[in-house]
Amino acid sequence: MAKSSNKKLLKQFYNCEILRDGQIVREDLWVRNGKFVNPEKIFYVEKIMPDVRIDCGNALISPGYIDLQINGGFGVDFSHDVTTVESGINKVAKTLLAHGVTSFCPTLVTSPNETYQKVLPKIKKRNGGSDGATILGVHVEGPFINPIKKGAHEENFIKKFDKGLQSLLDTYGSLDNICYITLAPELPNSSIVIKELRQRNIKVSVGHSIANLSEGEQAVKNGATFITHLFNAMLPFHHRDPGLVGLLTSIRIPQEKIVHYGIIADGVHTHPAALRIAHRTHPEGLVLVTDAISAMGLEEGVHQLGQLTIQVRGGCAYIAGTDTLCGSIAEMSKCVRFFKEAADCSTVEALEAATLHPARALGIESTKGVLNFGADADFVLLTSELDVISTWIAGERVYSV
Amino acid sequence: MRLVICDTVDYVAEWSAKYVMKRIKDFNPNENKYFVMGLPTGGTPLGMYKKLIEYYKAGKISFKYVKTFNMDEYVDLPRDHPESYHYYMYNNFFKHIDIDPKNAHILDGNAPDLVAECEEYERKIKEAGGIELFIGGIGPDGHIAFNEPGSSLVSRTRVKTLAQDTLEANARFFGNDINKVPKQALTVGVGTVMDAVEVMIVITGSHKAFALYKAIEEGVNHMWTVSAFQQHPRTLIICDEDATLELRVKTVKYFKALSAVHRKLIEEDGAVFPRRSLNDV
Repeated sequence: MAKSSNKKLLKQFYNCEILRDGQIVREDLWVRNGKFVNPEKIFYVEKIMPDVRIDCGNALISPGYIDLQINGGFGVDFSHDVTTVESGINKVAKTLLAHGVTSFCPTLVTSPNETYQKVLPKIKKRNGGSDGATILGVHVEGPFINPIKKGAHEENFIKKFDKGLQSLLDTYGSLDNICYITLAPELPNSSIVIKELRQRNIKVSVGHSIANLSEGEQAVKNGATFITHLFNAMLPFHHRDPGLVGLLTSIRIPQEKIVHYGIIADGVHTHPAALRIAHRTHPEGLVLVTDAISAMGLEEGVHQLGQLTIQVRGGCAYIAGTDTLCGSIAEMSKCVRFFKEAADCSTVEALEAATLHPARALGIESTKGVLNFGADADFVLLTSELDVISTWIAGERVYSV
Repeated sequence: MRLVICDTVDYVAEWSAKYVMKRIKDFNPNENKYFVMGLPTGGTPLGMYKKLIEYYKAGKISFKYVKTFNMDEYVDLPRDHPESYHYYMYNNFFKHIDIDPKNAHILDGNAPDLVAECEEYERKIKEAGGIELFIGGIGPDGHIAFNEPGSSLVSRTRVKTLAQDTLEANARFFGNDINKVPKQALTVGVGTVMDAVEVMIVITGSHKAFALYKAIEEGVNHMWTVSAFQQHPRTLIICDEDATLELRVKTVKYFKALSAVHRKLIEEDGAVFPRRSLNDV
C-alpha cells in the first residue's frame, strides 16, 4: 500500500457499489490528486490504465459523513477545555475517522467572551488527512439565543445583539473561523444581523428560540438557511402556530430555497415518530447531526468531565447518580443506522442525510458530500448494514477496521 | 458462408460470445501478436458483450492483447453523449474488461478534419495488421455500419450523410426531436469490412427477417449492403429463429442440418477451420 499513498497515482476502486446522483449503482470509483475523476475521459483522451486497483470486497461506498454539530467527544469538550484546544480538536478529528466522519464543524455552546476569544482563533479551517477529519469551520451555538429555551446552555452568558453585528464581534472577537451561527430570530436586530452574516457567507441557523412561524419565515427571507436540532429547544408544534417546526412545510419562503434542519437520531433525543414526521414532510432538508458531548466514545461507567460527573449507561449519558440525560453520545455512523431503521427510509435517503444534505446546507456540495467527478475524494466503505469498513480522505485511506 | 440458427436471442448472444472467445484463444495473442477485432454497437450485440464480460470476470478470457476498431460514430455528437458510440462502448464493454485504452479505436466524429480522420483510421487498421474478425450487425434495410442502401460495395472509411429514414428512426434516441439527431456519421466502408479475415454478422428479430432473406437468398446488391458478404471467403451469420421468418423452408432446413458441425465451432477443442492448421489462418 506504500505505493498507493502517492497522490498523483490514478486509483481505481472496483468491486463496489457507489452512491451517486441519488442512486446506488454498481460502478467503479476513480481517484487522482485527491479528487474523483471521470474514467471515461481518461480512457479515451489520456488512454492510460490505473496505477493502482483496489478491490473493495463488494462494499457500499458513500461520501464521507459530515457532522455540522458536535460539541466534543472521546473525553474532549471544545467549549470547556480552553487550555488544550488544539490537542482536543486533533483527538476528536482523528477519532471521528473511525465513525466515517470526514468533515465536521466543532461546535461551541454558549460561553463567556473570554472562552470564544481564546478558543476560536485556535480552531482553524483545515483539510483533513491521516491526522483527522476536515474542519469546515466552527459552529457557534449561542450566545444569542432565547433564555426561555436555553436547554443545557448557561443562562449567565446568553446575550442580545443590541449593537447589531458589533455585538457579535465584541463577543466572538473575530468571525474568521466561524462558518455557522445558531441564533434566536425573535431577538431585536436579528434581521440586520442575519443579513450581515449572509453577506459574509456565514450560515445562519435558527434555534434555542420561541419564534413563531412568521418570525421564522422572516429569518429565512433574510438569509437563515437552517434549523438547529429540530424539535429540541423550540416551541412544540401547535396547529394554529406551528412555530419553527412549521418552516418544514411553509409556502411563504422562496421556493428555490431548501431549509435544512439538524436532527439528532440517537434514539433518545428525538422520538422515532417525530423523526418520521420530519422525514416524511421534508426529506430534502433533513441533516443528521450528532450534537455529541464529550462522553461520546467513552466506555460505560462514570467519567469526570470538567466540572461534570457523567455516567454512561446503556448507550446514554446521564449526570452521575441521576436519570437526567446530559447530551447525546451516538456516533454519526450509529445515527445513520438508527435513522434508516426508525424512519423506514431507503439507504440512499439515510446516507444523503449525513452527506449531501449537510454539504448543501453549507453550500459546499460541489466538493463535499458527493462522489461526483471533481469533488474531494472523501468517502467511506460500508457493509450492507452500514458499518464502517474504512474511511478515506482525498483518496488516501485514513482509517480501517 | 455459414448460417447458425439459434433458438433464442439469448443463445445468439452466448453463441457469438463463445465464438469470439474461441477465436481469441486459438489465436493465442501476445505482446508481439495482437488479435484485431472490428466491433459494432446497437441493441443486437449487447448480449454478446455481456457474455464476454462474464467470461472475462470468470477468468476465461483476457483482452490484454486485443485491439479493437469500431465500425462507426456520429459526427459532432459530444463524446460523452449517451447516444454516442464512444459512450456505448465504454459503458457496455471497455470499462468492464482489461483492454488497454491505447488499443481501443473509435472514429472521432469531432475531429477537425473528418476526411483526414477517416484516412488515418484506415491507416491504423493496416498498421495493426488488418482485422482478424469483424463483428457486425445490420439494420432492417440491410445496412452494415452506416453503409446505407446504395452505398458502394467497395467503399472505404468515410463521412456519410444519413438518410431521412435513419434520422427518423433515430429520433427516439434524441428526445423524439429529429433536429437533435446527428445528420452525418463516420463509418468504415463495405470494402473495409470485406478486408477482414473473417466477418461475423449477428441478426435477431422478425423485423430483420426480410434483410436476412435479402442477405443470403438473393444476389449481391448495393441496395442491401450486407449482401456483399456473399462474396467474402469467410462469412458467419448468427441469427435467431425470428430472423429466419422470410427464408425458404429449404434454406432453413439446409443450415439447421449443419448445426452439429456448427456446434463444434465453439467447443473448447473443436476446430474453427477443420483440417487446417491454425497457423495457416
